[in-house]
Amino acid sequence: MMMNPSLKNLSKISSGTIIEGKWHHNRYTIIKQLGFGANGIVYLARHDSKQVALKMSDNGMSVTSEVNVLKAFAKVQGSALGPSLLDVDDWETSEGKVSFYVMEFIKGPDFLSFLKQKGPDWTGVMVLQLLADLQLLHDNGWVFGDLKPENLIVTGPPARIRCIDVGGTTMQGRSIKEFTEYFDRGYWGLGSRKAEPRYDLFAVAMIMINTAFPQRFTKKSGGLEEIMEKVKQSPELTRYEKIISYALSGKFLSANEMRMEIIQVHLPDAPSRSNRQQKTAKQPPFPRQPARSPVKKAKSSTSVQTRKQFNKGKKKFAALETITIILVISLMYFFYIYSQIT
Amino acid sequence: MKTGTIRQILLITDGCSNQGEDPIAMAALAKEQGITVNVIGVMEHDVIDEQGMKEIEGLAMAGGGVSQIVYAQQLSQTVQMVTRKAMTQTLQGVVNKEIQQILGGGRTVEDLPPEQRGEVMEVIDELGETVELDVLILVDTSASMKQKLPTVKEALLDLSLSLNARSGDNHFSVFVFPGKRKDVEKLLDWTPKLESLTSIFAKLTTGGITPTGPALREALPYFDKKRSLRSFLNRDDESFFEESV
Repeated sequence: MMMNPSLKNLSKISSGTIIEGKWHHNRYTIIKQLGFGANGIVYLARHDSKQVALKMSDNGMSVTSEVNVLKAFAKVQGSALGPSLLDVDDWETSEGKVSFYVMEFIKGPDFLSFLKQKGPDWTGVMVLQLLADLQLLHDNGWVFGDLKPENLIVTGPPARIRCIDVGGTTMQGRSIKEFTEYFDRGYWGLGSRKAEPRYDLFAVAMIMINTAFPQRFTKKSGGLEEIMEKVKQSPELTRYEKIISYALSGKFLSANEMRMEIIQVHLPDAPSRSNRQQKTAKQPPFPRQPARSPVKKAKSSTSVQTRKQFNKGKKKFAALETITIILVISLMYFFYIYSQIT
Repeated sequence: MKTGTIRQILLITDGCSNQGEDPIAMAALAKEQGITVNVIGVMEHDVIDEQGMKEIEGLAMAGGGVSQIVYAQQLSQTVQMVTRKAMTQTLQGVVNKEIQQILGGGRTVEDLPPEQRGEVMEVIDELGETVELDVLILVDTSASMKQKLPTVKEALLDLSLSLNARSGDNHFSVFVFPGKRKDVEKLLDWTPKLESLTSIFAKLTTGGITPTGPALREALPYFDKKRSLRSFLNRDDESFFEESV
């Protein structure tokens, strides 16, 4: 293992220090430290009179890994969720080499502080923005993974949700790279850690819950009931109760489905009813109703069942077909052998 | 590129060994056999002695693995993080060796320009997802661990959840030390799933001394037991092919 300066030493870089890249020779002047985590330290720095965020780590490969993700983000057209990548380089110090990358500086309060300032009216809007970005990310074959309020920043005005830590972003079908227990469905016993869109939707629902419970409740034995119990205690979350329950149990198949339902919640109830039905007639993924109507729910589950039964029937038919063919052929073969012998 | 199987020992303990061979020497021995030793030190409230900490770090260093000291509450997240980190480290080692052969002059991935490094990292990511992983879990059940065992169980189930989301195969086995009669006792033989642990863990009794060194020494051959079984199967396959050709 090569000797690199430790994370502790890297966290003590004083303002005014100039960091020059070994490969691309860009110079960055450190202004102040922005954050400190297990994977590295983020500094605010100046480059050509512009402010940038510079992240360095004692682990070169973790820098490389994050850079790969940021590059993937850059390919997602129209999404502004992650910070844009500006430079990747090595800084040669007297103690050894430090890998770093430079990204756009995203300025603003974090998600929970923003909502505390502005009030719960903004929860829906922010979640809608987040879901739209997630849909784009999912469409491109990725899953965000480590979604949590600390990683979300609201810039603006106009208010726009952005994400500052993309370290958990994982290719779909792989296992989630990084996660935080409270926002992880595996921790709550509600699913695997395989990267798929529904993993992120679970985390979004937990973020919504976190807005009403800033202290975050602790897990007792896990399970949907336990979380929904808490949700029911919060007046802010009543309107989202059904949506949260669906997202937690993996019933939304895409971010768009969840998004549509949140939009429904925010529509004025009486006037645009016919309008609404027209709109949703195209994609009815969610039994749309003004809360608690067991009939509709039952209906949706039976429709799933009938589909299953239909599939079963299909399978049965196929098996029967196979057996018949085998029987007929073996019968013919038997006669052939018989005729050969005699 | 063939990487074979990644073999790790995960030692979960709360302090210092106090009997038998030098555990650090045993960790070094494991490393020589291509087995990484990772150590997690579980503490209750800031009570971990200096000496214990030194031993934990020393073990991981000698065993080519990762060490981490945590409060019992954060154990789950740490166990999976340490296992993953160690796996990536091992894979990096393998890839580095290949790269050194290609580039020559003792150059490693870190000496490549950042752009090419990214491509190498993608290969490592891919390998980390698909490589076969054997983890032998060694749990300290000396008297002081009594309170922490339920958390250890949770953490191990959580580990199984995390690793089984990979597409590569996993095999786990669980040993506790001190054992009833011997230094180390087998709780669970090689299995892809750790769920069966729940019932066994409830019956565990704690007590006695902490023979970390002997426990490591006795656990090492179990990797070969697994391998010999597989090579036996493989040999069978080969002979079958020979006959049929």
